[in-house]
Amino acid sequence: MPDVYDVLFRTLADPTRRALFERLCREGEQTVAALTAQAGVSQPAVSKHLGVLKQAGLVRDRHEGRQTHYSAQLGALGPLIDWTSQMAGFWEKRFDHLEELLKRMDQ
Amino acid sequence: MTELRPLVIEREIPHPPEKIWRALTQPHLIEEWLMTNDFKPDVGHSFNLRTNPKPDVNIVIDCKVLAVEPHKTLSYTWAAMGLVTIVTWTLTPTSKGTHLRMEQAGFGPGQGQAYAGAKYGWQKFLDNLERILVRPD
Repeated sequence: MPDVYDVLFRTLADPTRRALFERLCREGEQTVAALTAQAGVSQPAVSKHLGVLKQAGLVRDRHEGRQTHYSAQLGALGPLIDWTSQMAGFWEKRFDHLEELLKRMDQ
Repeated sequence: MTELRPLVIEREIPHPPEKIWRALTQPHLIEEWLMTNDFKPDVGHSFNLRTNPKPDVNIVIDCKVLAVEPHKTLSYTWAAMGLVTIVTWTLTPTSKGTHLRMEQAGFGPGQGQAYAGAKYGWQKFLDNLERILVRPD
């Protein structure tokens, strides 16, 4: 499990890579050419970033003719959801403590 | 499809907002339900939340006050191990007391900064958090 977080955060820590992933999340499937047009970096650089995202399971590629289309795989963000639920447990407990404190403040 | 949302915890609490506000903003009271701290209800004030759930576990959370509206809203950043989130408390008076809402937002791919350098931090934070959650108290 720790490896999953490691890969996920290392992959998304790069701003250019993260921007590519965000764009795929927002706008759906895109070709490398379309992504390059707005990425502000060269096509080889975009392809390299997409390769890293693919290895992390964050995107999937689909070949059609000479074009490669990429789409976001949001399921790969699952570990973050786990973190959210863990954090929810943390806060529920704090709320319990807060309510206990409020009762004591009455006395 | 998985969606990332802010974490929201809400409760109806049978105490008036003024009293809950004290518990949320007075350091010696915050310590009783959250962590030791040097909080001040001043916008821009930086403070730490600290806890030692076990002798070998020392958790420090860096915070900065973003918004203070007495008895209504309190908001601060919550940075731990490279992950930055924003915690916002909202108090709404009800006929029986207060509707207390806590929102923690900022962990999503759209939050940029939150991910930078989070590699080690996340794991450590999660490990630590797990230890807190299982501690008998």
